[in-house]
Amino acid sequence: MKALTLRWYKLRQSAWLKPRNSVIAIPYLWLLLFFLVPFVIVLKISFAEAQIAIPPYTDLVTFANDQLSINLNLGNFVWLFNDDLYLSAYLSSIRIALVSTLICLLLGYPMALAISRAPASSRNVLLLLVILPSWTSFLIRIYAWIGILKPNGYINNALMGMGIIDQPIVMLHTDFAVYVGIVYAYLPFMILPLYANMMKLDHSLVEASSDLGASPITTLFKVIIPLTKAGIIAGCMLVFIPAVGEFVIPELLGGPETLMIGKILWEEFFNNRDWPVASAVAIIMLALLILPIMWFDRYQNKQMEEQS
Amino acid sequence: MNKFSFSKMMLWLGLVFLYAPMLILIIYSFNESRLVTVWAGFSTKWYGELLRNDKLLDAVGNSLQIAFFSASGAVVLGTLAAYVLTRFRGFKGSTLLRGMITAPLVMPEVITGLSLLLLFVAMAQLVGWPDGRGMTTIWIAHTTFCTAYVAVVVGSRLSEMDMSIEEAARDLGASPIKVFFQITLPIIAPALISGWLLAFTLSLDDLVIASFVSGPGSTTLPMVVFSSVRLGVSPEINALATIIITLVTSLVFASWWYARRVEKARVRDMQRISGA
Repeated sequence: MKALTLRWYKLRQSAWLKPRNSVIAIPYLWLLLFFLVPFVIVLKISFAEAQIAIPPYTDLVTFANDQLSINLNLGNFVWLFNDDLYLSAYLSSIRIALVSTLICLLLGYPMALAISRAPASSRNVLLLLVILPSWTSFLIRIYAWIGILKPNGYINNALMGMGIIDQPIVMLHTDFAVYVGIVYAYLPFMILPLYANMMKLDHSLVEASSDLGASPITTLFKVIIPLTKAGIIAGCMLVFIPAVGEFVIPELLGGPETLMIGKILWEEFFNNRDWPVASAVAIIMLALLILPIMWFDRYQNKQMEEQS
Repeated sequence: MNKFSFSKMMLWLGLVFLYAPMLILIIYSFNESRLVTVWAGFSTKWYGELLRNDKLLDAVGNSLQIAFFSASGAVVLGTLAAYVLTRFRGFKGSTLLRGMITAPLVMPEVITGLSLLLLFVAMAQLVGWPDGRGMTTIWIAHTTFCTAYVAVVVGSRLSEMDMSIEEAARDLGASPIKVFFQITLPIIAPALISGWLLAFTLSLDDLVIASFVSGPGSTTLPMVVFSSVRLGVSPEINALATIIITLVTSLVFASWWYARRVEKARVRDMQRISGA
């Protein structure tokens, strides 16, 4: 019995069986396998060639006639860089995401400020009102805008009914509709980190600024905005990064001229069934977004640490 | 015009912007006419149509099942991850874990969907599992990205929490596991519940990732809605939207009201104990 206990104790000494390490290992291994490893596989397949088979791509490493050959096919990337379609899709995705992020910030910043200034009793309700739409279906909220923006939709019907216009304004299936959709869907994600940041703001600094004779506008730009920088960055990244790869919004609200890379990736994969090209598209998108993602990571953690 | 009234005005404008489209959906779900944008009298017939739509009802069942299991898996993994990150500071590889927790929050869905599908295909080739794609693969995908959200919600609660209670329990000789289950877990329980609910709604709502990793026979509600919405507006979808919005709103306000009552009772007890 004693020997057994001793052996158990020895086993416990080995690093893997320390309870602390197994607690770390569970989420760690899950995320490694289902979040990190997949990117390695996408990278691998972006160097393969499409073929009609199951799965529809060639193997990089083949072993035949005593020869081990590794075929890295750079064709997909060459193809992406030579075709203007992809380049303009990347550029217009970044443009659309940037403009939408800016609109979200201009609308969301005063909203977050107003919520943080509200009396404590109504603060939670206001915050709830801002978050609530994002708990209902995303798809259905985008769908709502189809009915509003259509040529015979609510806006055009109202304007024509009032006699302001006699021809419907074309809004649906334009870039404008995509901007509206992105701002509408992502606005709560801008407001949340901003609000969290503003709640931690030391109010005496704002008071000191106005006591020293600064106008409210000066106080806003010299005191409040610099102190909420972490919230601004976290909020902007939370909107910008997913918006670059957005698929549903350009698909439902955009037109044939609306080029967005998420839509291109979807079409390469589902319509052309070209998995290697779709992977290459994803790899370039990741390469573009890796810096913003790291930036977001830094400021997100900064916010988390400030809380404790 | 001072800044305070300006920001208040923006807040109301913003709320109108957020709620007007949803309100329009609700109003027009009771419209008699098939033409969604023309009002032709009050009717509830579209709700009847919705209840006769078998394809949609099947999808609702699938979605609810996936959301339930995904939320449960994500709460376990997310809580573990949050606990590890807030309590075991600076272990080897903690930066990577932190990165793997924050990256899914912003990762474009098309990338997550594609990469997971390719992983499942590669795994099926190597080890023969998962055999084909369906509910299981969607569950894994949803659990993975929901874990990140749960970890953020639970993590912020864990770092706000008063550590001295845990330390006191340790000093009195409780094992770390006992401390976690008897002290930490009850204190962070509200965050677990809100994390679970958040994961549940995220899973119910996901179209893109599920489209990549689903197989035949595992169509989810957003996939059915998407294929119908692509063909144009339909009053049935308006009816569905109304049901979803009503459910979410009533649940949210009920839980908010309950939380407020609990909080008030706690404050009262505290006052009684301190003999105020």
